[in-house]
Amino acid sequence: MKTVALAFRYLWSRPLQALLNLLMLTLGLASITFVLLASEQIDRAFQRDLAGIDLVVGAKGSPMQLILAGVFHIDVPPGNISLQDAQELRKHPQVAQLIPLSMGDTFRGFRIVGTTVDYLEHYKMAFAQGQAWVRPMEAVLGAQVARSTGMVLGDTFVGSHGLGGGGGHDHGENLYRIKGVLAPCGCVADRLILTATESVWQVHEKAPMPVAAPMPDAAGDTHEAHAAQEPPREITMALITYKSPLAAATLPRWVNSSTRMQAAAPALEVSRLLRLLGVGSEVLRGVGAVLLFTAALSVFIALWNAVRERREDLAMLRMLGATPTKVAALLLSEALWLALLASVLGLAAGHGLTALVGYMLEAQHSLPISGRIWVPAEAWIPVAAVGVATLAALIPSVTAYRIDVAQLLNAR
Amino acid sequence: MIETRALRYEYPSGPTLSFDDVDVRQGGTLLLRGNSGAGKSTWLALAAGMLTPKAGEIVIAGQPLSRLSRGARDAWRARTVGFLPQKLHLSDALTVERNLALAFYAAGVPENRVTLTRALGLLGVAELAGRRPSQLSGGQAQRVALARTILMEPRVILADEPTASLDDETALTGLKLLENCAFQCNATLVIATHDRRVQKALPKATVYQIGRAAAAAWSDTLP
Repeated sequence: MKTVALAFRYLWSRPLQALLNLLMLTLGLASITFVLLASEQIDRAFQRDLAGIDLVVGAKGSPMQLILAGVFHIDVPPGNISLQDAQELRKHPQVAQLIPLSMGDTFRGFRIVGTTVDYLEHYKMAFAQGQAWVRPMEAVLGAQVARSTGMVLGDTFVGSHGLGGGGGHDHGENLYRIKGVLAPCGCVADRLILTATESVWQVHEKAPMPVAAPMPDAAGDTHEAHAAQEPPREITMALITYKSPLAAATLPRWVNSSTRMQAAAPALEVSRLLRLLGVGSEVLRGVGAVLLFTAALSVFIALWNAVRERREDLAMLRMLGATPTKVAALLLSEALWLALLASVLGLAAGHGLTALVGYMLEAQHSLPISGRIWVPAEAWIPVAAVGVATLAALIPSVTAYRIDVAQLLNAR
Repeated sequence: MIETRALRYEYPSGPTLSFDDVDVRQGGTLLLRGNSGAGKSTWLALAAGMLTPKAGEIVIAGQPLSRLSRGARDAWRARTVGFLPQKLHLSDALTVERNLALAFYAAGVPENRVTLTRALGLLGVAELAGRRPSQLSGGQAQRVALARTILMEPRVILADEPTASLDDETALTGLKLLENCAFQCNATLVIATHDRRVQKALPKATVYQIGRAAAAAWSDTLP
């Protein structure tokens, strides 16, 4: 019989205690796994969505709102800008590319975004089916939109007014026809319905103005419908890439001071946002650490009791000729068994929890979080488990090492 | 086979015990007699290499124990000594069979199921292999403990009060089994006891009274 096998038998000779300790350790490790997975994926999603966008230009208002609305599509935009202003900005010598975005409508909670095919190229989107739009009123579905609505190539749909989801009236006479479905990218485009900028103009120029005063649209009645009745035309915002990094020093300031538009640098705003979110993940991490500490304490108490209960068993092993090291190793192995089992269960539970949260977020058309991916930092989970278990086993093992055989045999 | 010379042991916080010299041949039986607290268990622990004497020498099967390091003494004990403690120390976390297998584990040798089954069979408890020690009667438990003692075919069997709290019949059966086991292994048997029934049951045994020298040492420490 090997030490590990014997330790396993001893561990499960008190099944309830073993199970409780396992549960404690597992909870600690699972919560840490969850924090690692979620924060890493939120980080990655941000980085992916941000990729290559140097500046977002839109109506004056909160720069954070501009970024959240324009890049991540999780907030409403502050307003519209005139197409003419955007076109002039495109001619600016420091602008390499300007991608227009026009928002205002949704379909079953998913945003319909009018843009140019540059947007698809910018995010290097691949098509699962079909192709990009060629004419207005042709649309391309993000992967999550297609999965969630069950629509396929050739299907038609009408958008509803407003970004709030379900609040606005339908643009009944303007049918979008699905021309393509995108492959999943794990980025914001998964949750968007993309079409030509002209589609958005067309829908809203034909849209009848409400006779009565319009319902106050809490989710942001931002699109250009009301203004678009008469030219000049408008777009909601524009994503800009610089010709050279030097532009970062001058272009945003120039936009903010010399035009009617506002410029926001995503990198800056996102790091501000992550600092805010960071507090949350620190708290979660803290809770995980406390759980882990409690687990360590409970493993320590369990092993300490095991040494006391099994003093005689351990002394008997010494009597049979086992070295003190072997006896100490036996206790340590018991702790390591707990660590190993808890690592496996903790990782599984952490991924399960992440998948559950991801499922709930997907239902809300929010950040894409999956329980199926692994992040390198998870390698620390078994390390933490082994560390905690070893620490907890240290004193009991030393006590076991020092057991006085003769004294114990003399005890009647 | 077992020789001791001018053996003295000093408790960390207590009296010093001095023991008369002993010389027992291979296969012989030695009865250590003496009252409770006279030092019988201490003598057994010294002979098993579990305690280190302050002075003197123990030579077992030609091996002077003082020449062995602590680790080497553990290994030597695993191979050479079968110890039957008064309290049997069978672990209830394990089955009878696994309790026996602990002897292989402690000695660091591969498990030998044939030897294990034979030892249980020799003591008539083969059918109890799957039980837990708490499910055994007192007599059964003693047989199991004895099976574990002889598992490694020791050269010396040291038994501490093997008949304590046993009725006459069980005590006699136990002693016969012990004697038989020692005979089968050609082991030297040492029994520490204050039970007069033991001497009657084993008339051929050499009797060694512990306590005379020890008592003298006690009086030395008095003012």
